[in-house]
Amino acid sequence: MKVLVAVKRVVDYKVQIRVKSDNSGVETQNVKMSVNPPDENAIEEAVKLKEQGHANEIISVSIGDDKSQDVLRTSMAMGIDRSILVKSQNTLEPLAVAKTLKKIIDKEKPDLVLMGKQAIDDDSNQTGQILSALLNWPQGCFISNLKIENSKVFISREIDEGIENLETSLPAVLTCDLRLNTPRFASLPNIMKAKKKPLETIDIDTLGIDTSSKIKTLKVIEPPKRKAGIMVNDVKELVQKLKYEAKVI
Amino acid sequence: MSVLVVAEHDNKNLKSSTLNTISAAEKLSEDIHLLILGNKIEDLAKSSKSIQLVKKVIFCDHEKLENQIPELSSPIISNLAENYSHILAPSSTFGKNLLPRVSAQLDVTQISDIIGIESQDTFIRPIYAGNAISYVQTDQKINLMTVRPTSFEKCEEVGGDAVLENITFIDSEAKTTFVSREVSKSDRPELGNARVVVSGGRGLENSDNFKLLYDLADKLNAAVGASRAAVDSGYIGNEYQVGQTGKMVAPELYIAVGISGAIQHLAGMKESKVIVAINKDLEAPIFNIADYGLSSDLFQAIPEIIKELDLLNQIES
Repeated sequence: MKVLVAVKRVVDYKVQIRVKSDNSGVETQNVKMSVNPPDENAIEEAVKLKEQGHANEIISVSIGDDKSQDVLRTSMAMGIDRSILVKSQNTLEPLAVAKTLKKIIDKEKPDLVLMGKQAIDDDSNQTGQILSALLNWPQGCFISNLKIENSKVFISREIDEGIENLETSLPAVLTCDLRLNTPRFASLPNIMKAKKKPLETIDIDTLGIDTSSKIKTLKVIEPPKRKAGIMVNDVKELVQKLKYEAKVI
Repeated sequence: MSVLVVAEHDNKNLKSSTLNTISAAEKLSEDIHLLILGNKIEDLAKSSKSIQLVKKVIFCDHEKLENQIPELSSPIISNLAENYSHILAPSSTFGKNLLPRVSAQLDVTQISDIIGIESQDTFIRPIYAGNAISYVQTDQKINLMTVRPTSFEKCEEVGGDAVLENITFIDSEAKTTFVSREVSKSDRPELGNARVVVSGGRGLENSDNFKLLYDLADKLNAAVGASRAAVDSGYIGNEYQVGQTGKMVAPELYIAVGISGAIQHLAGMKESKVIVAINKDLEAPIFNIADYGLSSDLFQAIPEIIKELDLLNQIES
């Protein structure tokens, strides 16, 4: 089985982001960038599938400028065999990302595609679902458990009401929740080894797809700030305030 | 043009998120159609006719639609799309799972999790866990959007008299089959919809201690929530998680107990009207957004709050 993992380079989850002063977007220059956190779970799951003997080749794909090489190197340090960078100067919308991934999938022919359930920058939560529809493959979203037995795929999905268990088959597109697994840290020897693993670069313009933006961002602003309230001295004061000042109990 | 709202339901009742989404649709058109896809839903479709803002209830009743497998339901929506300027679904795991497939089938870009509608083509949505707010405009032939339920009031369930239309099921190949659903039963209010939410974090230390929170929640007729740390540690199920990758809540009162307040958690609750934080760590970031902070050991504070609430009730009765 061949597994393809889609990886996005995003502002690190610990960074307190800043809105640009001209309100054109969020400052991404000179801030720490990392692998999108649930994409790390997708990488980890692919590596586990290889360790368990289910997968014989695991590859990662990212779309972005040259700097996105670093998240692909991270994925290879975690155990991915080889990577593909689709070079694009523009930020793509989920539909265009899915179309781009489909082109790579048509060529690479993986049996399973894994990715994070959402990117923590634009929070769209769409790409896996769109890709699955474009490929006409089964979709399994927000998974927190995956078991593969004799080409049958058993997944547990985190839904608003609890957990939903589904059975499906390969090929499939699965999007990963943070609770799917605990991503490993790349060891120093593996980071060194990852530098020698193959990283292919493809220019997005050679794929022959429409990646133009369908949505125009008019402005990006800071959310209204909540001002800090008061510290109460004890429980009695708290309950009195809630009852007679805030009038919420 | 007309607007289509895709209903979230359990084959018996509409989820309240559907009513919030209908309110959002009202800002776009007076001709709102509600689409219900499910199994044995004729009664549900008939009772939905009375929803005030809805002009037409379209339903498709088929056993294959019982478990909302998006591979089966999305083509039905896509097939209706040309009649509509906008198609809306709640930004719940239901809507997130379903609507992007429609976006692929129609070849339009979906706008996720809108919190405001500026005009027919301009929408407001949070990005970066709500740490930035983006105003976006689109000139696509059909606008597909998921709607954050807490950003729109629920519409009235009575007063309407919609037309009912039964459409035939279009079968499509789905290799996915439903196995089971693990749903926690609770008499407490629904988390996304409760007037009061009591949330616990890692400070609760284990699942047994969550009983303290349940006692407090029951006193306040509140829903229970949790931080990701508490869910990851196995103290409580994933359906209770509040935050960027969990549920969004905006109750009148949110009581955060033993929650430090990571930005990913704040993303899910900072629209609450009144926020109370109880934490023994004075440096916890949750205090920066709390209206009332109490720096105290929660294992002492919670039983005391319950006692004080009992006293208040005695005085009143």
